[in-house]
Amino acid sequence: MRDLLEVRALDAFYGDFQALFGVSLTVAPGEVVAVIGANGAGKSTLLKCIAGAIASRRDAVLFDGAPIGDQPAHAVVARGIALVPEGRRLFPSLSVEENLIIGGQLGRPGPWSLPRIYELFPVLAERRHMPSTSLSGGQQQMVALGRALMSNPRLLLCDEISLGLAPIVVREVYARLPAIVAEGCSLVIVEQDIVQALKAANHVYCLQEGRVALSGLAGTLTRAAISAAYFGA
Amino acid sequence: MEWVNIIIQGVLIGGLYAMFAAGLALIFGVMRLVNIAHGDLIVLAAYVALMTTDTLGIDPLVAIVIVVPIMAAIGYALQRALLNRTLGDDVLPPLLVTFGLSVIIQNALLELFTADSRRLKAGAIEVASFPLAEGVWIGVLPLLQFVVAVAVIGALQLLFYRTALGRAFRATSDDPGVAQLMGLDNRHVFALAMALSLAVIAVAGVFLAVRTNFDPAIGPARLIFGFEAVIIGGLGSMWGTLAGGIILGVSQAIGAQIDPGWQLLAGHLAFLLILAVRPEGLFPKVQR
Repeated sequence: MRDLLEVRALDAFYGDFQALFGVSLTVAPGEVVAVIGANGAGKSTLLKCIAGAIASRRDAVLFDGAPIGDQPAHAVVARGIALVPEGRRLFPSLSVEENLIIGGQLGRPGPWSLPRIYELFPVLAERRHMPSTSLSGGQQQMVALGRALMSNPRLLLCDEISLGLAPIVVREVYARLPAIVAEGCSLVIVEQDIVQALKAANHVYCLQEGRVALSGLAGTLTRAAISAAYFGA
Repeated sequence: MEWVNIIIQGVLIGGLYAMFAAGLALIFGVMRLVNIAHGDLIVLAAYVALMTTDTLGIDPLVAIVIVVPIMAAIGYALQRALLNRTLGDDVLPPLLVTFGLSVIIQNALLELFTADSRRLKAGAIEVASFPLAEGVWIGVLPLLQFVVAVAVIGALQLLFYRTALGRAFRATSDDPGVAQLMGLDNRHVFALAMALSLAVIAVAGVFLAVRTNFDPAIGPARLIFGFEAVIIGGLGSMWGTLAGGIILGVSQAIGAQIDPGWQLLAGHLAFLLILAVRPEGLFPKVQR
């Protein structure tokens, strides 16, 4: 089966600073891939490159076989890759429902619609007309997830969706991920919470200073190997 | 009764100022661009109206339906070809470029149309008026201009808060980076905002040209009126620009009544007074 996403020897730069060095990664259809690593390892940069928020070499990112490395973000989302940005970044001038609607403004066909999002996160239905900033952190994260799902992506990129949330809320948010995968969506989750990431993922990549230090099936990696890759041995 | 007349005049001219201001506020709100060429673009719209009425022989108020799409197209092209390239973290490049644009427009108009002052002829409607009460007269043209201004601002308010385009404007204004992730092409969204701004300018430019004489050099003063109305009104609501325009118009009318030389001064003083007491304007943008 052809990989849904293939990242090939990806280099990424912020000006003169190089953040990623030859990173390669694949995501099969229906797979959940976790990218873990310490602060500044390049996890968010990797997601931004895939989503088109940072331009890269044309053939460094292949989506469904097509090179999209040089495509701008608005063209990438039209192809079916959605990013839940780190820190949620909801639109403060828009209500909860408007945030969701704007996520679906491209009109890509697929399983997700306003009613389905409210089914997935019932608490949002009650607060649909409230300003997005009036919600709790966990509810805001649900809006950010729902907003990305509204574009009916085939690949959903989640950047630290546990960030700043209470453990019980993190479990609640993670409990919804299988329902998203069940609709035929592959996931890449970037996490600092390794336990959560290993539980949710089929395949794990560990980044260290912009390079892939370790990768393998989630069940096969030992704690010692992960901590060596995480902190550098 | 004389003062009632004066205040009514001031309110009605305020509608025109509000239209100057609405275009400015729209652009600043969506892309944080301060358009120094705004006043000159109003004058450009007046000249486009002049050419339209001259060549087609139609009434200036009818010409609005032709001038609006022409100016909107100019706005879209201007944003895509030039202004989008100036936007970034630094606020200085757009200021410098629109300042340069202002100089270019003024001189191009001077080359094409000379410095002679011109005026659009709207016929009998220019002097038509009717009595509202004993001794209180309302001019038909100023009233029409005010009604159009209220309609334009109401339409902008609806567009901003009730339509998909307005949602895209607000989202892009909040966070351009994330807006891209929603599939919005910022360059296109900004160009649509500029097109809308120049469409409003087109309406304002035609009314300006019917109401008063114009020449290529009067743009900067219109920019100042627009700025003052925006700051008096605040950036929270399009209706704020209407309030700002009316306050400016009434102050000018009262000043002119006391001493004809005080017309502009009174407007600036009212502006300074409000800036001193309420720097965020009458309808400030509330961060929710």
